[in-house]
Amino acid sequence: MKNSTLPTGISLWRKILNKLMTVLIIVTVVLAVIPLLLILGDVFIRGAPAISIGFLTKLPTAPNVPGGGIANAIVGSFTMVGIASLISVPIGVGAGIYFSEWSSSKLSTVSGFMNDVLTGFPSIVLGLFVFVVIVLTTKQFSAFAAGVALSLVMLPIIARTTSESLKLVPTTLREASLALGIPRWKTVLRIVINTGKNGLLTGILLAVARATGETAPILLTASTSVYFAKSIFQPTASLTVLIYNYGTSASRIWQTQAWGAALVLILIMLGLNLLVKFTVGRHLSGSRVET
Amino acid sequence: MRFRLPRGDTILKIVLVAAAVFIIAIVVGLAIELYLGSAQSIRTFGFSFLAGTKWLPTQNVLSALPFIYGTLLTSAIAIVIGFPISLGVAVFISEKLKSHQNFGYALGTVVDLLAAVPSVIYGLWGVFVLIPILRDYVEVPLHKSLGFIPLFSGNPFGYDFFTAGVILAIMIIPTMSAVTRDVLSVVPNSQREAMYSLGATDWEVTQKSVLPYARSGIFGAFVLGLGRAFGETMAVTMVIGNIPNITTNLFSAGATLSSLIANEFGESSGVYQSAVIEIGLILFFVALLVNFLARFLLWRMTRGTRVKN
Repeated sequence: MKNSTLPTGISLWRKILNKLMTVLIIVTVVLAVIPLLLILGDVFIRGAPAISIGFLTKLPTAPNVPGGGIANAIVGSFTMVGIASLISVPIGVGAGIYFSEWSSSKLSTVSGFMNDVLTGFPSIVLGLFVFVVIVLTTKQFSAFAAGVALSLVMLPIIARTTSESLKLVPTTLREASLALGIPRWKTVLRIVINTGKNGLLTGILLAVARATGETAPILLTASTSVYFAKSIFQPTASLTVLIYNYGTSASRIWQTQAWGAALVLILIMLGLNLLVKFTVGRHLSGSRVET
Repeated sequence: MRFRLPRGDTILKIVLVAAAVFIIAIVVGLAIELYLGSAQSIRTFGFSFLAGTKWLPTQNVLSALPFIYGTLLTSAIAIVIGFPISLGVAVFISEKLKSHQNFGYALGTVVDLLAAVPSVIYGLWGVFVLIPILRDYVEVPLHKSLGFIPLFSGNPFGYDFFTAGVILAIMIIPTMSAVTRDVLSVVPNSQREAMYSLGATDWEVTQKSVLPYARSGIFGAFVLGLGRAFGETMAVTMVIGNIPNITTNLFSAGATLSSLIANEFGESSGVYQSAVIEIGLILFFVALLVNFLARFLLWRMTRGTRVKN
């Protein structure tokens, strides 16, 4: 498109190379987008026939008996992510506040760096850690252990997004509050957090979405089960491990149900993402008012 | 009242410091626990754990090399396929769509969505959709026409290094292209304008002015993508066939560090179990190294531009 503005003396080879690279770059974009369309398309097409009221409310059946459901896996997934949130939200938000409000301290630098390192750890390593610490010592796979493992997945995400969104709160706001004689703890808890709370919420929702889609840490800590768990201290089914087990099984019925469960999982994650978009939107409009 | 105020400050600070220290404690605790868990295996096998080529739990002959090899090979395939594509997507969004920001934003969001799809769904899709396609339209033709090359010599049946590498490529493209996009967006416009004013074509501006300026950050994105490929578990486990193997043949079943853990953590006991945990320890150190490198490169890139602006 810029060729018309180029000097006339430009060589043919440079023009051809320019066009060629443009085409090549467009090809890479097409190659990157095709898998997404295929994956989403396949999940909807193959998953939809499996979905019914019974599928969502019944317990699993034996490999080749039709009519089973995934109710216990849905409940299990929510239980684990709930436990993980209870652990990771207070600690993550606390660490995030520290990173943002005491950003010049040495502890803040070291812990912030460790936080980034934790974000980059393979989730199976986190799962193996909890397997060694909790599952091997209690000799019991449990939803509780899975919750702890997932909290390690969520923690660094929450800490990072909290500190990023609190850093966006104007310094003048803090200074104005302190100048009025309001103590620092009240300034932080009432004014800084209140101003940045939508960004904070976004981070928590992103972390919840990430934890909901995790498989490896749950496989190593909660194992699976075909019943509703009676307590959080026994093996518990989850959507992702069920997709893994059913998807790699030889049973046709289970394979179809794996696609159904995948669709349910995608819809949950899509819902969380829409919720994030909603809060980000409010977050942006909120900060515009402030400046 | 005057005495309650500093007390509130102290309490808040103690709570927040505890949270920050907790994060450090987790990383340190991870290293210690994985080391203690693998102590028995380290004592039994010593350095030969990294040198032997066999994994035979029933005979107590255990070595990590086949899994290190599998992780490196599948990641290499993923990078060879995924890196040029990520670079292309990033250049397209940041350079070609400079004057169409909304479309660029929409395309970026679509690619980012790929990163939100859970790994197990990639695996499911890999088993039922990608494996038949790759086997029938890529692997079999390659084997028939270029079978004399050791890479393509195996009889393809789909569950192999190659499929795992392709799945990994699809999974790391969003990470790499998003970071590269961010890096290209901090390249100052004066850098491009100077080249245009010399009469350069679009491609020459990108190739000689934008990419060299951003190379440190692009390498950071490369390393981050590599880190993601190293640690990815479920999708790989579902398509790689899970047979420890050291071979140049891409169409042969294999196993990676993470797929081994996912498959054998539960069935093990004694020194066997300890060896599985040592595999985790190796993965831990690899992830640590890759992360340090990536953060350092990205930090250097962003710091450099802040100075220049």
